[in-house]
Amino acid sequence: MPPSALENVLDILKTDQDGVLAGWIEVADEEGVKRSDLFSEREGREQAASLLKAFRNGISERTDKDDFDIQAEHWADLRGVLGEITHERVERGVQPSEMAGFVLALKGPLFSRLKERLAKKPEQLVEEILIASKAIDAFAIYTNEVFIAEREAVIERQREEMMELSTPVVELWSKVLTLPLIGTLDSLRAQEVMENLLQAIVHYQAEVVILDITGVQTVDTQVAQHLIRTAAAVRLMGAKCIISGISPKIAQTMVQLGVDVGEVRTRSTIRTALTDALLTVGYAITPIKNHQEGTLV
Amino acid sequence: MSSAAAIYPVEGVLLVSIRDDITDTDIVDLQDALSERIADESANGVVLDISGLEIVDTFVGRVLAQLTSIARLLDAETFVVGMRPAVAMTLVELGMYLPENRTALSLTHALAKMRQMRDE
Repeated sequence: MPPSALENVLDILKTDQDGVLAGWIEVADEEGVKRSDLFSEREGREQAASLLKAFRNGISERTDKDDFDIQAEHWADLRGVLGEITHERVERGVQPSEMAGFVLALKGPLFSRLKERLAKKPEQLVEEILIASKAIDAFAIYTNEVFIAEREAVIERQREEMMELSTPVVELWSKVLTLPLIGTLDSLRAQEVMENLLQAIVHYQAEVVILDITGVQTVDTQVAQHLIRTAAAVRLMGAKCIISGISPKIAQTMVQLGVDVGEVRTRSTIRTALTDALLTVGYAITPIKNHQEGTLV
Repeated sequence: MSSAAAIYPVEGVLLVSIRDDITDTDIVDLQDALSERIADESANGVVLDISGLEIVDTFVGRVLAQLTSIARLLDAETFVVGMRPAVAMTLVELGMYLPENRTALSLTHALAKMRQMRDE
């Protein structure tokens, strides 16, 4: 066994890099992975060339003989190039399958050259094809991983933005705050909501807080637990907490789930909650005497 | 009694100010001293100001609840005032909702509430 089982692959890449590159791009084009609408031919060629170069360098520095591990140090260069190309293509809207197809297209030209070269040594041919195939598969999988990581980064960013937008504490009246909750309430958001609300209580010296859950789609035991905890923390701060916007459906679910809100005050609409809150701080909304419809006072 | 907590009589109630560096022994001493004072001065209210407190654990939470129960036995209503958001969150996290304690935003609020209770 030679020191590097991929010595023929390496040799091909050294002597006939242009040929392999041309073959690669041709195969990729045939299989329909070329996206001239998304990036130019020259760009595609450059990317393929830099990938091929990194592949060659990786093989020549290769120390592990049988096991192929893309996380190994000598593949760092290749990982970098692959990551960069994938990143660029993701931004332009290339699909993961297309990217993988592009990488896998390298097999065709490479293996046909190997076959010519090792026609008389079938054993070694099989050996090299096996390892090279494994390597190229791993590259394709790696591009997929990069794809997923990119997507996840986007999702994470959007989640953070949503979080910032979703916990506005509003001062309705002096000493009366409201926090309209919209969407789903997971542990992380519940924590954020609680933090913002408690800070606002200190800031506004609020006595009553209305937690409006009209916009919360579903209330399960976990959400109910978060609500109760928030209400408990508000009470510990010395303010009163009213939960409003409990729809008949949510009320039924909560009872069926056996959720006990304890001493927390609950109201069906924010309107009744507001009336209640104003009463607590000593105000009332009363109609104006002799009011003319449509006049702005 | 150490300087980590001080008891002042204000408007017929006892104001207890707790500092951040209070130790567990100090708290036990405070519990002792406070019970004596409530009985001696027949105070009808206690205000525990914990605005200086930045860190709480279950022990502090338990003592807060105990102080309230002791005061109630001696016929004094207890208010916990000035709790910081972080402290409130920690106590809730620890599952200590302190249902026995009355709470208020500040000393002023607590005194107003007490007056109101007395009037009723």
